[in-house]
Amino acid sequence: MKIERYEEIFLGLSAVVLILFLNALLYAGLAMNLRVPGVAGMIDPAKVRETPPFDHPGLHQIAPGKYQAVIIGKAWSFTPKTIEIPVGSEVTFLATSVDIDHGFYVDGTRINLMLVPGQISRTTYRFDKPGTHLLLCHEYCGLGHQFMYGKIVVNKTVVK
Amino acid sequence: MSTPIVSSPQAYELAANERSFVKWNIYFGFAVLSVGVLHGLRQALNYAGVDTMNSIPGMHGYYQGLTVHGVFNALVLTSAFANGFMALTTARGFNRKLNPALLQAALWTLLLGSVMASYAIFSNQASVLYTFYPPLQAHWTFYLGLALVVISTWLTSFALFAAHYGWRREHPGERIPLLAYMSLVTYWMWDIASLGIAIEVVVLLLPWSLGLIHGSDPLLSRTLFWYTGHPIVYFWLLPVYVSWYGMVPKQAGGKLFSDPLTRVAFLMFLCLSIPVGFHHQFSDPGISPTFKFIAAALTFGVFFPSLMTAFSVMYALEIGGRKNGGSGLIGWFFKIPWRDPSLSAQVLAMIGFLLGGATGLINASYSINQVVHNTAFIPGHFHLTVGTAVVLSYMGIAYWLVPYLQDRTLWSPGLARLQGWLYFVGVMFLSHGLMSGGLRGMPRRTMMARAAYAKFEPSWHVPGLMTGFGGIVMFIAVMLFFLIIIMTAFFGEKRAAEDLPLTETIRPPDNRGWQIGLDNFGYWIAITVALIVMAYGPFIVTYMPPKLTSPGFQAF
Repeated sequence: MKIERYEEIFLGLSAVVLILFLNALLYAGLAMNLRVPGVAGMIDPAKVRETPPFDHPGLHQIAPGKYQAVIIGKAWSFTPKTIEIPVGSEVTFLATSVDIDHGFYVDGTRINLMLVPGQISRTTYRFDKPGTHLLLCHEYCGLGHQFMYGKIVVNKTVVK
Repeated sequence: MSTPIVSSPQAYELAANERSFVKWNIYFGFAVLSVGVLHGLRQALNYAGVDTMNSIPGMHGYYQGLTVHGVFNALVLTSAFANGFMALTTARGFNRKLNPALLQAALWTLLLGSVMASYAIFSNQASVLYTFYPPLQAHWTFYLGLALVVISTWLTSFALFAAHYGWRREHPGERIPLLAYMSLVTYWMWDIASLGIAIEVVVLLLPWSLGLIHGSDPLLSRTLFWYTGHPIVYFWLLPVYVSWYGMVPKQAGGKLFSDPLTRVAFLMFLCLSIPVGFHHQFSDPGISPTFKFIAAALTFGVFFPSLMTAFSVMYALEIGGRKNGGSGLIGWFFKIPWRDPSLSAQVLAMIGFLLGGATGLINASYSINQVVHNTAFIPGHFHLTVGTAVVLSYMGIAYWLVPYLQDRTLWSPGLARLQGWLYFVGVMFLSHGLMSGGLRGMPRRTMMARAAYAKFEPSWHVPGLMTGFGGIVMFIAVMLFFLIIIMTAFFGEKRAAEDLPLTETIRPPDNRGWQIGLDNFGYWIAITVALIVMAYGPFIVTYMPPKLTSPGFQAF
């Protein structure tokens, strides 16, 4: 029957397409270093503010053009609320929550983290264009969820 | 040449208690849907900037309504429909009575669980959404209620497995009738899949909400939830696949191509649905990217049986279309019996699922997920899968199932036809609005009408309006559906009892050789468990014991 030939072709093509897609992801992950967040350590949610680096939330320069942004999520705000960096900066975000699950999403980038109490979330991103990015909590966290946001301002000043 | 998909194609009468079980489950499910979509409408309007959330007396705002919408539509409706429909298809497949005590217990457990969870939600003690991540803490009746809903599905499954066992003893060496086979695999998959949520609720959350233990483990709870939370979509989908494989070909005037291909597809769902939950946690801390990538790879695997399904169902439709004089490469598609509202609704559901499947593959795509995770893209996607492929198929199935259960003809088939199209158009607008907004950074699960930052993002405006418009159209369509169902049940023309619309297969099951192994569930369950251990074992072993460090918060 002709249909049996079609069946083989269809299933073969299906498998080939899926394998190609998967290899594209492998390539992006290994060759282009596009990876999802992973393990960055645990923390006692009751002692976040006494535990380094969260005892000093804010932006810290660690090398020329390189920063560490330490951010605490709490219902319903981020500390600090605004971060200013020069264009071209590479920022490593370290964030956690002191109460319930929050989200950490920076519009116009691929920064997309969940803040889960007890866990430290980490990602690194290079801001190559000047402008203002909205930072928002995109995990439901109670009545005031829609008020929880911040800003990342990328200034035109050149990196020292 | 054709083979039936049930043990005895002629002469079947559904026992009175089974008819009543199916009726109760299906009608209760639809009653729950009527409450769920009311809040769905309010959420769609919210994206359009219209805040109706304080307009219903006794309700306390957006997130309470969102919890109703998720719990009622995605957990209760789907469990009730699966229980009722799979009991019917198993009884019909084996031509055997199901254990009446188990059915009775399943129904009462479902009703009791739903009442308990509803009490917690409507008294504003459980606005935790249908994912109920701790440390947000709901009232204990919420957790116990949901546990009972899950137990009702287990009780139903025991009735199905008992029928299989009894049939097998009387029919040694025979192949399981295909209709029963698909139903059994659905519940085997679900019983293994639902263990995650059961352990999460019974061991961690219920004692915590009762004050017996003082802390919760947020990350472990999320992991247990998503262990169940991904395969649950197949628990929604597979009963619909039973209709697409077992009934739609007949309704289209065609036949199902291959019995063994169908069995292989269902077995792939059994083995591959469960070990993929980490793809919902790509953005979570504390889980190695390696485990996440393995989940992504296996998710691409579980996409394969859906592609097999596309082939089988399209071929069945093509046979029907060509029989009606359709010709050419796609000409047959316009000649399938579009006038049958049951068929047209389900074919539209399939078209929606093409988009739902494609967007699902985007979500599963590891690094690409970072662009869309927890944005409105996600509800845009799943209103094409559960909101279209599943629910629009439920409606299509109801257009023969309600007449079957009531022995009455369908009231106003013309209106029913219109209803399916209207819903389809509505959901296309809604999903396009949500997805295009999500790609511009619009978050999901957020009271956008009051969001402090929405004013900074003018690009969300048009997607929000589209979402609202789509939601209104969907709501009207669902109301039409309820009208048609109620009119059919009470005022449809009386008719003689009819059988289910059952297809036949062109390529029959083989009584010898490798195919016999397909009916031996023990092997396949062992493979399933092995894959689960492979996907989750390394995480669990390195993570244990639970870290019960988070006290409860009632931030709603």
